Amino acid sequence: VAEAETDDGARRIAGEARDRVRFEEEALELADQVYRVARRLVRTPEEAEDLVQETYARAFRAWRQYTPGTNLRAWLLRILTNLNVDRGRKLQRTPDLQPLEEGDYYLANRMAESGGEEALEQERVVERLSQDSIVNALSSLPHDFRDVVVLVDIGDFSYADAAQILDVPMGTVMSRLHRGRRLLKQRLAEEAMT
Amino acid sequence: VSHEHGCDKCEQLLQGYLDRELSEDEYHVAQAHLEQCEYCERRYRFEVTLRRYVRTTAAERMPPGLMARLAALRTDPPGPAG
Repeated sequence: VAEAETDDGARRIAGEARDRVRFEEEALELADQVYRVARRLVRTPEEAEDLVQETYARAFRAWRQYTPGTNLRAWLLRILTNLNVDRGRKLQRTPDLQPLEEGDYYLANRMAESGGEEALEQERVVERLSQDSIVNALSSLPHDFRDVVVLVDIGDFSYADAAQILDVPMGTVMSRLHRGRRLLKQRLAEEAMT
Repeated sequence: VSHEHGCDKCEQLLQGYLDRELSEDEYHVAQAHLEQCEYCERRYRFEVTLRRYVRTTAAERMPPGLMARLAALRTDPPGPAG
């Protein structure tokens, strides 16, 4: 009897080790996609690299909390965005990465009201932009907006996934995405004119 | 359907259409509207172009060496077994 129990225990440990190895391998396969999102959430490649390493270190420790069959990439990104928020608080970010100010909402709202010919004018300008201006415009967005735009437009996440990753309601994802993209176009138009 | 240029309802519908987040009914409404509204159709095509542009220009590959550093964080990094 004692021997059978030992066998069970050994099998369980072996099974768990297999699950863990599979988790780690699946997570590593997503590293390039995780980095791609991380890179646009922070200023420099070095910061992005640190953030991705911290994310994987935490994910490998917490692997049991992941439910197999669910979206692993979203699960990793949730860890990453939480770590990024923590870092932001610690590092006292530069002004444009501070939490959204009243003024930003004001600007975004005013932009939402404008449309028509002005919007078509923006299109012509945006079409002549360089890679640098896209990157600068993205990183200049208030982070609440930028996070959503990066997750959906670069990370290719659904609204539901983005809502889960950022822990906000779907409606918030949709309105931030809308305003974020508008603000992005505005910044691109400004860049193109300077 | 006639509307003011840049109306909120269309903007919302087109965003969902662009992101493939509409229900089947909404999808048909959006498609029907795009077929008859030149302004929205043009806006939509621009949004698609811009999005593709943002996606390709803002995508940066992982730096070489990061993968090895991540793999080293594994519980038992596979390597030459002793």
